[in-house]
Amino acid sequence: MMKNIFAVVEHRQGELRDITFELLTKGYELSKEGGNLTAVLLGYQNSEMLEKIKPFANSVLNIDDERLKNFNAAYYESVLSEILKDKKPDLTLIGQTAFGIDFGPGLAIRLDIPYSADCIDVDIDNEKIYTERQIYGGKVNTRVSLLENWGYLVSLRPGTFAPVEPELNAEIVDIASPIKEDINYRKFIQYVEAAKGAVDITQADILIGIGRGIKEDKNLPLMEDFAKSIGGVLACSRPVVDAGWLPKARQVGSSGKTVKPKLYIAVGISGAFQHVMGMKSADTVVAINKDPNAPIFTVADYGIVGDLFTVIPKLNAKVAEIKG
Amino acid sequence: MNIAVCIKRVPETAEAAVNIDSSEKNIISDQLVYDINEADNYALEEALLLREKTDGDITLFTVGPKEADEVIKMGLAKGATRGVRITPDNIDSIDSFATARLLNEQIKEGNFDIILTGCISSDEGNSQMGAILARMLGIPFATLVINMEVNGDDVKLQRELEGGLLEELETKLPAVIGIQTGINEPRYASILGIKRAGQKEIRLVESVIAEGMKTEIVKMYYPPAGKMAEILEGGADEVSGKLCEILKGKGLL
Repeated sequence: MMKNIFAVVEHRQGELRDITFELLTKGYELSKEGGNLTAVLLGYQNSEMLEKIKPFANSVLNIDDERLKNFNAAYYESVLSEILKDKKPDLTLIGQTAFGIDFGPGLAIRLDIPYSADCIDVDIDNEKIYTERQIYGGKVNTRVSLLENWGYLVSLRPGTFAPVEPELNAEIVDIASPIKEDINYRKFIQYVEAAKGAVDITQADILIGIGRGIKEDKNLPLMEDFAKSIGGVLACSRPVVDAGWLPKARQVGSSGKTVKPKLYIAVGISGAFQHVMGMKSADTVVAINKDPNAPIFTVADYGIVGDLFTVIPKLNAKVAEIKG
Repeated sequence: MNIAVCIKRVPETAEAAVNIDSSEKNIISDQLVYDINEADNYALEEALLLREKTDGDITLFTVGPKEADEVIKMGLAKGATRGVRITPDNIDSIDSFATARLLNEQIKEGNFDIILTGCISSDEGNSQMGAILARMLGIPFATLVINMEVNGDDVKLQRELEGGLLEELETKLPAVIGIQTGINEPRYASILGIKRAGQKEIRLVESVIAEGMKTEIVKMYYPPAGKMAEILEGGADEVSGKLCEILKGKGLL
């Protein structure tokens, strides 16, 4: 039976990250019949975090070392490879997060085991591990088989599994830190807060989210006009910030802001999951996109399939008419 | 500095329809427009900026079909020194592990001070090739890098974390760095650059078999129909009217 499952806990600035509970939820689902779920916590002075993890796992491996206080991929790779070599879990789950993608692949190479990244599901069938992934920006899915080995590493996409507390009471197993010497080829310096913008998009009731589809910055005034007439504020997806058309503070998504407006109108946004993560909790979502298969339409309540440069001027006129 | 940049030719799919072919293991490529992977383009620009400060060579590496020469040529036109295109016979079945292994074979003897690549590819989106390559080379790795400053044998980096928080760190060179989009403003190739690119070398590594795969595509399929928006039908005028009525009904207008 291949059901001895490990999940790597993620924390930042002393707080557990949501992904931790998502990994434990999926891990529990895979292990609950005849298996075992172990959370692995690398940190410093972990007691508060341990209490919060206890109901979600059968056991917690607790590695307490001052050098693990802040994330450092080099320490994570080294410590986890020692532990996994020793404990030999069948399957280890990590998050496809800024931390996970920094240490996951290297860990897989150290252990010489297969790794499947950014998965939206994982299942065990007949002693084989399969994952489901989204490719080409969510327009195609793929089922991946991990080639046979003693163990497997899988990273799960954040926000995919809603955490469920199975009311377990994990046994805490303290493990002596395997770090012998300081790692000096990679050093954590500090966390730096992002610059605050002049406009706080998290406070707006109506947001007009613009994406790659607006094509050029000369089309910004058209969108600003529309935002103004509907009484909203302009927000955007990553490509708009990368191009320098709007400041970072306007970015909605996993590496930007999470917003919950009453109305979110996505214009020329295809709906990559990084963007959706930041806006899926809006009360009402409208999407305007020329590709009927754009993933944004699976998030939206109402959709308009069409060229934004034709639709927006018309819509703007109607809104202005109604608002007088 | 001796700089390597790993780039990939990918289809532009953000605004295009993507169809699966009859093997169910690939997409139909004829109708798609291909270009350099977006994050790799930023990695290339970062290499050009670094070379302006420190001098030295930029070698571009790609694993791909012969058409991948297009992205190498574009990089050469922007100012890279030379290119290497690796085309294994079994290119259709390789994964990131096999890709990294092919690159490692070519890069390990190259004495590079820094190896740059994009933090993610827009096609498969694994975000893992650079990290695997770094581990094969036995050198440090950091990804999602949005700020980079080289000081002698060290490089100071800022990585972009969730919610916009930045992680500042320092790492020893040589290292593999995964570049995040938005770190710089990629330039366009000049006419003169394009002319000069014709004389630059693209070394081909062919008739090799990629090995070391750890995963296999079982099949591709279209995302199952889940929740779907109510699509408003009609011309621009009509749909605008319909949407306004809906928003009005919800007290949003």
